[in-house]
Amino acid sequence: MLAKRVKPSAPMDLDHRGRDWYVDKAVTFLVFVGGISAIIFIIGIFVFITKEGVGFIAGPLNVWEFFGSLTWRPTSAQNPRYGVLGLIAGTASVTGLAMVVSVPFSLGAAIFIGEFATGRLRESLKVLVELLAAIPSVVWGFIGLSIMNPLIIDMFDVPVGIGVLNSGIILGLMAAPIMTTIAEDALKAVPDAYREAAEAMGATKWQVIFRVVLPAGRNGLVAAVLLGVGRGFGETMAVLMASGNAIQIPTSPFDSVRALTATIAAELGDAPVGSDHYRALFTLGILLFVVTFIINLTADLVVKRARRT
Amino acid sequence: MTYSEGDGGVPGKPLMFAATPLNTRNHRLQWLFRALFGLMTLILVVPVGIIFTVLLVKGGPAISFEFLFSYPSDGMTAGGIWPALVGTMWLVAVSLIASVPVGVAAAIYLSEYAPDNWLTRGINLAIINLAGVPSIVHALFGVGAFVIFAGFGTSILAASLTLAVMTLPLVIVATRESLQAVPMAFREACWNMGATRWQTIRTVVLPNAISGILTGVILSVSRTAGETAPIMFTGAAFFFPFLPTSVFDQTMAMAMHLFVISTAVPGVPDELKYGTALTLITLVLLMNATSIWFRSYLRGKKKW
Repeated sequence: MLAKRVKPSAPMDLDHRGRDWYVDKAVTFLVFVGGISAIIFIIGIFVFITKEGVGFIAGPLNVWEFFGSLTWRPTSAQNPRYGVLGLIAGTASVTGLAMVVSVPFSLGAAIFIGEFATGRLRESLKVLVELLAAIPSVVWGFIGLSIMNPLIIDMFDVPVGIGVLNSGIILGLMAAPIMTTIAEDALKAVPDAYREAAEAMGATKWQVIFRVVLPAGRNGLVAAVLLGVGRGFGETMAVLMASGNAIQIPTSPFDSVRALTATIAAELGDAPVGSDHYRALFTLGILLFVVTFIINLTADLVVKRARRT
Repeated sequence: MTYSEGDGGVPGKPLMFAATPLNTRNHRLQWLFRALFGLMTLILVVPVGIIFTVLLVKGGPAISFEFLFSYPSDGMTAGGIWPALVGTMWLVAVSLIASVPVGVAAAIYLSEYAPDNWLTRGINLAIINLAGVPSIVHALFGVGAFVIFAGFGTSILAASLTLAVMTLPLVIVATRESLQAVPMAFREACWNMGATRWQTIRTVVLPNAISGILTGVILSVSRTAGETAPIMFTGAAFFFPFLPTSVFDQTMAMAMHLFVISTAVPGVPDELKYGTALTLITLVLLMNATSIWFRSYLRGKKKW
């Protein structure tokens, strides 16, 4: 991108192609290969999971049963069933609760850090949020299992503390720092001239925020929430450890559910390579890949459109 | 409004800066919103403080020289975490060897060479999506591509390469940012001396960006050390009480070990689990703190 603006002047002696010239050409090629590596890998991911999963899609897959049935019984020898409705319900309920918990707080925190806090307070809050985002998902899962679990049992007097509520809260805490960071970036992208114009008209800070900054940064905030949803949707270890892993459509927040990601993590180790079960798990992987791809693409488009207007 | 001497103004002249009821209401609202959003931030941060304290209180006593440097024993219900620590170091090292050259090359291309065309837009889109793919899908990719197709089997090599693909966007984005922070004038000065593009990058751009790149690398180390899902099926073993000797061995890893002792092995004392969690989280947060400190140090030192 920088290269377009200024080009190095061509060497005076065009026929002099010394060692430096060849090194430069070689490096240009290598760097180009590195440059397209991200595209190679994203295509590679799709190709390899499709390669392993295509045997299921072409063979035993029955689309109606796949998306319409609650029965996920891939290990049954006589009558294996591949219905992912329960898994989708699990993922949706956990991600949904996580968003309910974390969206208001993340956006609130982003407004506070971006608009109210100044100086040292602002810097330390930003560092804190960044550290929060760094906590590994397996540690979050462990926290759900050994700290939240007894807490929920005590507070609500239920026999088991792992389920939708537990994993939803854990997932919310995991997604919050990412949403906060992106939302704060979106608020920062609103030009200061907008704020100054409003302040010059006599608006107070909260009036500036509600009438000017939030409407102007709306698309960025939507993108932040979308990426938070993507994070929750794709999270594996924390959900595997804190959701209880029973396949059902939850009717109460204390019900145990099983997410799509957790199913792959829990069952891939036991599925013989090349079996229908193994291929079905890769098909779930394709589903996850496609959905997160769409979420990320949408978020990117939303941000792009915000930048253009 | 009527103005009197009691308001501190001159009788007969309008008082310029007294608060009207609207002003008062606005300021009260302003204060209210400030408090509300501050509270929201606090609610986000406080649970983590509590959680860290609990980990520290329950796991702290477990951590000792012996815990860190001895092998697990009695079916993982006693002993230490040494092989898991060493295994994590192997995974991090091998995945860095794979991801840093590719990531830096990609960043150099995007920052120094790439024209604004569809290919560049495609690359940027791919980076965003690569960062957003769920970790378990990366695991499936690792199984399909490295374990089965490339024939590495479940090994450190397969696991590290899977992790490398996952952390690649992190390295690319951090490196690209620090390359783009090098002023254009530096490059122009070098080009005007007759240097080729690569000579300019090697002698001017990279040396000026190296510390920013390092910050990104430290971040990707911390991410690599904490990931579990991508290595579960590609190289991390439940229990492998030896130190790996080559990249084709399986290995234990900290994150995987925490998962195993907290879900799959009955009768592991709480102290051991909390100790392992505390060690892992300390490792990761220390690395992140280093990277953050390094970044702000550099920002202060920058001359342009």
